[in-house]
Amino acid sequence: MLNYDLVVVGGGPAGMAAALKAKEEGVEKIVILERAETLGGILEQCIHTGFGLHYFGEELSGPEYAGRFIEQVEKTDIDVFTDTMVLNISNSNVVTAVNNNEGLMQFQAIAVVLAMGCRERPRGALSIAGSRPAGIMTAGTAQKYVNIDGYMPGKKVVILGSGDIGLIMARRMTLEGAEVKVVCELMPYSGGLTRNIVQCLDDFGIPLRLSCTVVKTHGKERLEGVTIAQVDEKLQPIPGTEEYIECDTLLLSVGLIPENELSKDVGVELDRVTNGPVVDEYRETLQPGIFACGNVLQVHDLVDYVTEESQIAGKGAADYIFGKKKGGKFINTKGINGVRYIVPQRVNIEGEEKLKLYFRVGQVYKGAKVVVECDGQILSSKKKVKLAPGEMENVVITPEMLKNMNENSEIIVRIEE
Amino acid sequence: MKKSLICVSCPLGCPIEVEIENGEVVSVTGNTCKRGDAYARAEITNPVRSLTTSVKVENGLHPVVPVKSSGPVPKDKMFDCMKEINSVTVKAPVKIGDVVIENILGLGVDIVATNCDSGK
Repeated sequence: MLNYDLVVVGGGPAGMAAALKAKEEGVEKIVILERAETLGGILEQCIHTGFGLHYFGEELSGPEYAGRFIEQVEKTDIDVFTDTMVLNISNSNVVTAVNNNEGLMQFQAIAVVLAMGCRERPRGALSIAGSRPAGIMTAGTAQKYVNIDGYMPGKKVVILGSGDIGLIMARRMTLEGAEVKVVCELMPYSGGLTRNIVQCLDDFGIPLRLSCTVVKTHGKERLEGVTIAQVDEKLQPIPGTEEYIECDTLLLSVGLIPENELSKDVGVELDRVTNGPVVDEYRETLQPGIFACGNVLQVHDLVDYVTEESQIAGKGAADYIFGKKKGGKFINTKGINGVRYIVPQRVNIEGEEKLKLYFRVGQVYKGAKVVVECDGQILSSKKKVKLAPGEMENVVITPEMLKNMNENSEIIVRIEE
Repeated sequence: MKKSLICVSCPLGCPIEVEIENGEVVSVTGNTCKRGDAYARAEITNPVRSLTTSVKVENGLHPVVPVKSSGPVPKDKMFDCMKEINSVTVKAPVKIGDVVIENILGLGVDIVATNCDSGK
């Protein structure tokens, strides 16, 4: 059994930021366990720029953003195991992992940070008719093929889903010589950032079809084409609108799912909307000493916010390790009227520092107000020019606001049109 | 001639109409701030984009290493740049910031590596 103060599961931006923050707070023995061959996580294959505008004040590519943290980790005495798969976390915080060199390893930790990230929703989760030919893959898989492995998975491409990864891959495949025929989006709006629609689709004349989906794939060994169709308000295909498009590749960018298998095994309670753990403002789960941050907690659109969140978790873990974590009285937060979820789900009303509640809305709003209230009293109300499901928002809660609350209070965030 | 654009200066994404006569911008409408006006004018007269792609590596840990343009390149030169970049091979080890192609196509920007590859 190896003894550590802190075991961090995952060496992407979340895991590295949490480990570094804990180190800065004085935690001595820290280890990062990473499944891939290098630190950096998904940033390693996100070679486009746009990372770091908030955190570093410059526009970096994914590997550059990750590189800055890898460099910092290397300067510390934080232990790193790459090519290492964590198999289990016990409820006494024993982390079991395996790799080729050391075989099976067990780490006894005082605190654990979950930073496993998320994975893409696969084809199996969609009900598309057709057999299983080669050429159908998630946008992230194609991104790895092109940007890490250096080969093109196809020549004529249809993309289903207009999230940012789908849009970025439309541009990437086009630059490398493929013909991207269309991007289909089930919803009446795109889930991606406007700037990506302009720079990745409009720039290359790639059409974006809203309220449209793929209903059938054609081809047996290799994809030969897809049938797309318009959908109605209930997102059901409208008969008669089917259209055949010849293609050899279908990329899916249809959502991300936090990877919480390890969390579930140890009994961490998950939020039904985020699919990530229920946490308090220190990012501690309901399982004592187990913290969570990054895309395993909630899917982010900006890595800068992942870093910010992970530093909170790193600080929380350090306080826990030093026995400094405050007890206090915890109350719930709740999103209603268009606010789909809130992270953190629990707030300490005896907390002495201001904190941010992060949330996402369920549809596009223009000129609507974000209202925070508790026990029928409005704590803040702010008008927003635009709110969209693709962009994470936050509201600030100050210690003054918490003063008049009691154990039965509930902080509510809602949209008022 | 009228041209429709979507402003990318901020997440709002204002739909902008630009009126052009003899290659000159006569009017910009639909924008809700000054930045929109500036974006629209630049977009009509000299649209530029930053370029990110990858380049082949000899003896690398991976077959390719990612690169970016050190500054924006004219939008209509992107595919010419891609052709140039795809004809080049670098040798491992590669470090972040290494110049892969100096002054590409005489545009005044370099192509630099954005990740390291320590080699096999």
